[in-house]
Amino acid sequence: MAVQFSLPDSKSVSQPPSTLAYIVDRTFFFAAAAGALAIIVLVVYILWEIGGQALPAIGRHGASFLVNTRWDVQNASFGILPQIWGTLYSSLLALLIGGFIGVTIAIFLTQDFLPPAIATAFRTLIEMLAAIPSVVFGLWGIFVVIPFIRPAANWLHETVGFIPLFGTSLSGPGMLPAVIVLAIMILPTVAAISQDAIGLVPYKIKEAAYGMGTTRWEAILKVILPTASGGISSALVLGFGRALGETMALAMLIGNANQISLSLFSPANTLASLLASNFPEAGQVERQALMYAALVLLAITLVVNVIGTLILVWTSRKMAKA
Amino acid sequence: MKRKLIAMMATMFALAIQTPQANAADLRLIGSGASFPFPIYSAWFKDFSKKTPGVTVDYQAKGSGAGIQDLINKTVDFAASDAAMTPAEIAKVVDGVVLLPMTAGEIVLAYNLPGQPKNLKLPRDVYPDIFLGKITRWNDPRITAANPELKLPDLPITVVRRSDSSGTTFVFTKHLSAISPAFKAQVGTGTNVQWPQSDKIVAAPKNDGVTATVKQTPGAIGYIEYGYAKLTKADIALLQNKAGKYVAAGGTGGAAALAGAKLPADLIAWVEDPEQPEAYPIVTFTWLLFYGKQDPAKAEVLRKLVAYGLTDGQQIADSMGYIPFPPNVAETVRAAAVKIQ
Repeated sequence: MAVQFSLPDSKSVSQPPSTLAYIVDRTFFFAAAAGALAIIVLVVYILWEIGGQALPAIGRHGASFLVNTRWDVQNASFGILPQIWGTLYSSLLALLIGGFIGVTIAIFLTQDFLPPAIATAFRTLIEMLAAIPSVVFGLWGIFVVIPFIRPAANWLHETVGFIPLFGTSLSGPGMLPAVIVLAIMILPTVAAISQDAIGLVPYKIKEAAYGMGTTRWEAILKVILPTASGGISSALVLGFGRALGETMALAMLIGNANQISLSLFSPANTLASLLASNFPEAGQVERQALMYAALVLLAITLVVNVIGTLILVWTSRKMAKA
Repeated sequence: MKRKLIAMMATMFALAIQTPQANAADLRLIGSGASFPFPIYSAWFKDFSKKTPGVTVDYQAKGSGAGIQDLINKTVDFAASDAAMTPAEIAKVVDGVVLLPMTAGEIVLAYNLPGQPKNLKLPRDVYPDIFLGKITRWNDPRITAANPELKLPDLPITVVRRSDSSGTTFVFTKHLSAISPAFKAQVGTGTNVQWPQSDKIVAAPKNDGVTATVKQTPGAIGYIEYGYAKLTKADIALLQNKAGKYVAAGGTGGAAALAGAKLPADLIAWVEDPEQPEAYPIVTFTWLLFYGKQDPAKAEVLRKLVAYGLTDGQQIADSMGYIPFPPNVAETVRAAAVKIQ
């Protein structure tokens, strides 16, 4: 059935596919298609399930849920503006720190600054960071990071407290310790993918840049990084996504206070942390509100990923033009 | 290798044959709920399972609210709660609920001050105001006036509260509401309440999270179950009771508070503000929740379990940081246990 026509010359190098090869090919195709389809079905199912459970809360609170600032179980009045703010603020700051360090590490490890053996060892070490459980990061934050940054934070508050960023003193849990730990947690993701992206820049391009008389830094900043920018921005988007959804470490470090403050040293709250803290003992009404909050978190993640993809498309188009 | 494999298969085969027989004689009871009494419950259930052949009791500390949900959904044989059950929740259980107080505990205010000053005294008009964010510094005249012998630093007070909803919060806010009209009006009572908005009120998950945060934050104060403070050797404040005396947790103050408690017919009693001169002010019962009707064999074991908790179980309560029941309370509960059928 598979053999549509046969070549007269049996010594020909190319052979028509055998029935077995055909079956293997079809099976593989269907398996792959089923796998891809399953992912879509799964995402739709999760949305359906969460959306269905959130529906009563959506009906009850409507859009005011997004702008209210109180999470009041007693009076069944719920709002998640402080959590949305905290989620975005902490993730953006973490991306700023973790992204910068991650990309710097990627350059350092790929551009022959180190002997290859040491570079590989470094790389493995950074990837090992990704294997540390979130709870351990949280504990490390409480017992190491907070005492370590407290003197500096309080000195900043006393000397330049008029700047809103340093508007309050740091007592314990708060935005800054959470951001620092979050930055370290997204570092492996950003570093690993950026390294791959930079590694994909053809050697010829680098040689050509040197050939035109650029210095090493000119080659890195003006030739290699722009060429790899697509991969690097997807690394940043993935890192941001990770930061948005991080739960346990943040629940332990951010202070879980439902307030909006620019200060790095005030306690805040995030959506994921709200879910983790309140789910186990939530009654029916609160559970529905939490499902609504989960839906909002999903929507934020989706929007971030779409923006990331758009940036990717835009930069690659610009690259193609240049 | 091969021999090992055969041996393994033989064992598996033997197990496969044996299990159904073992099952017939085995009774496995599953419970879930409050984390506040988890240390003592796990010790009880382990010992009870060992002493009663053919019975295994498993308990999961999921939180009071989750335990009540499980009981309503019939996924457990019994549940546990620090906040008892509301009439609406009781109405949802078709087979009826028997609530039995099984042990009692104290909630303490753990603090962290430079130099570890011991025995900080907190008057009863002061500590509600600390949790309302009205008193914000450790050298506030109202605190220093009660503690002339301590040198209190000029340090902001960081209040640490529970971020998750919790029976501990319920009992604590119930007490504060009972002694402070301002607290009752502004915050009220609940497993998860609206604390005042402040930079100096932070939240941490679970009893251990609050304990760790207090221990790591100079100037912090937080409410936790006494057992956790005992375990971590945190400094705890002496609280002024209704009679005006400063009482430490962990002594005889807890039992004194319970002695005055009158258990009504449904056995749901709150010791919001004990009157005895020696009483520690923040104590609470914690309840086991049973179905009124079930398989007779199970009911019998559950009654035995209650009897064990009220006799042998009370012996270890003190050493684990809980309050042993006065004889009259134990007797009332034992009499009520016959309702488990």
